[in-house]
Amino acid sequence: MQQLRLNFEKSTWIYLVIASLLFILPFMMSGRSIMFLVMQIFIFGIFAMSYDLLLGYTGIVSFGHAMFFGIGAYSIAIVFDLNEPTMFYLIVGVLIAVLLAAIVSFVVGILTLRLKSHFYAMLTLALAGLFLVAAEKWRSVTGGADGFTISVPEFFKDRTNLYLVCLIVMVLFFFGLRRFTNSPLGRVLMAIRENEGRTESLGYKVLHYKVIVSVVSGVVASIAGVLYMLSLRFVDTSVFATEVTLDALLMTIIGGVGTLVGPIIGAALIEFAHHWLSDLSDVHWIFERWIILFGAVYILAVIFFPKGIAGTIQELYRKKRKKRQDNKEIKSEDKMAG
Amino acid sequence: MMSTLLELNNVQTHINQFHILHDISFEVPKGEVTVLLGRNGAGKTTTLRSIMGLNPPTEGTVSYKGQVINKWKPHMIARNGIGYVPEDQGIFGDLTVGENIRVAMQKEDETTTEHLEWVLELFPDLKKFWKKPGGQLSGGQKQMLAIARAYVNDNELLLIDEPSKGLAPIIVEKVMESILYMKEKTTIVLVEQNFMMASKIGDSFHIIDDGKTVHNGMMSDLKQDKNLMKKYLGIA
Repeated sequence: MQQLRLNFEKSTWIYLVIASLLFILPFMMSGRSIMFLVMQIFIFGIFAMSYDLLLGYTGIVSFGHAMFFGIGAYSIAIVFDLNEPTMFYLIVGVLIAVLLAAIVSFVVGILTLRLKSHFYAMLTLALAGLFLVAAEKWRSVTGGADGFTISVPEFFKDRTNLYLVCLIVMVLFFFGLRRFTNSPLGRVLMAIRENEGRTESLGYKVLHYKVIVSVVSGVVASIAGVLYMLSLRFVDTSVFATEVTLDALLMTIIGGVGTLVGPIIGAALIEFAHHWLSDLSDVHWIFERWIILFGAVYILAVIFFPKGIAGTIQELYRKKRKKRQDNKEIKSEDKMAG
Repeated sequence: MMSTLLELNNVQTHINQFHILHDISFEVPKGEVTVLLGRNGAGKTTTLRSIMGLNPPTEGTVSYKGQVINKWKPHMIARNGIGYVPEDQGIFGDLTVGENIRVAMQKEDETTTEHLEWVLELFPDLKKFWKKPGGQLSGGQKQMLAIARAYVNDNELLLIDEPSKGLAPIIVEKVMESILYMKEKTTIVLVEQNFMMASKIGDSFHIIDDGKTVHNGMMSDLKQDKNLMKKYLGIA
């Protein structure tokens, strides 16, 4: 138990040190584009963590997770468009986003999570498509496919402030979700992922747990959408696109499913790759189609690192610790024999 | 006169298009070990799964403490005091031994804590590997964990499916010891191919053949009936 606590504290300290370094980063560099890039990593890190809750911890595949991201982005954008962009309306917008995401995820969950997982995947895909079409057609409110720009509260016009807010939200969500997944409820979710029938026959109503995780995941994704809109100050229907969900899927798988830190690493890799590979388009045309290269990297990653980056590191650490423990046991047995 | 805890009456079960159970009828007296015997594929595991609601019966009734539970979901059946140890043990490989047990504990009170202490005393390996992922345990340790998970709750009835399957004789002894202890406190329905073990533990038996209960009686009588054993169990 003590060993467990020490390890827990060690990893917590490592994460806190990294967070502190990221906290002072904007005061040490001047490049606006790199700061924006890191901010996007935080936002997509939150979004990918919300996806990891579904895929990594409960084994639910969603092809329409972008709808919650889009709900967050549009909620805040429409509130700011209709009202003065003040902190009060920011809170109103966030509350609307959270409420809408919770209702949609609850209804989708209740309707489909009692069925096989591919029904959930298909319904979320269809619903995300529906939201996309609705956003395109409801031009008077959403601005259609062209979208619209909005003004944000004075505080968020300072990029450093926005950067720090995104970082703090990501860190809070990371530790909050880690606590959630390490709780007894989180363990039940992992049990569901491994063997649904068995979990049910232990006395758990699996649907309830799946709906809970679907709502939590949807709400977290909507907050990522809110931050995304605040960072871009522009919203269009692309926030509902399937590519956004696929990005979250890639980030989670490459980073490591069921690790929470993995999706953040995945978000960093994909966002950096996107940024740098696109910049190389002058060197060779292939870099314009950087997603092709990334597809190859993705296939290789899945073949050679099926547990993702964080998953592989955790596995190596676990093996090392086991070896150390075995050696200790052998030594103590030798001592007793001697 | 012992009261009946569980009763199956003309239970029929289909799995997809296959008609697996044709007519299963038997009673489980409270406080006894009822053994289900039969050749491979006879329908013993499906019978347990039907009781548990995992393969609900399409015809007939399953009554538990006088209540018909056919339409109940597995979680309701489990919450009402029926524990199930499946043939494949159903261990959650990514959860540690401790987490596997904690997930199975429906509540933490004096009785469940006492049960937990007892299983850890009986199976010291579980204590030793408390923080080890369930997937890394040996077959015997997994079986111990599966039994511990079922026993840790204050269940009135345990359904145990082939607990000796694929285990070394020394582990089988240990498993048998644990079931004999549990027998003192709870009612058990045991599916077992190992006749030696079944005959030592069981009070009464029911033979299932081709999805039907074809014979029943007291375990002590079965040991004497060589013809019956040869006909339905293939034991000479």
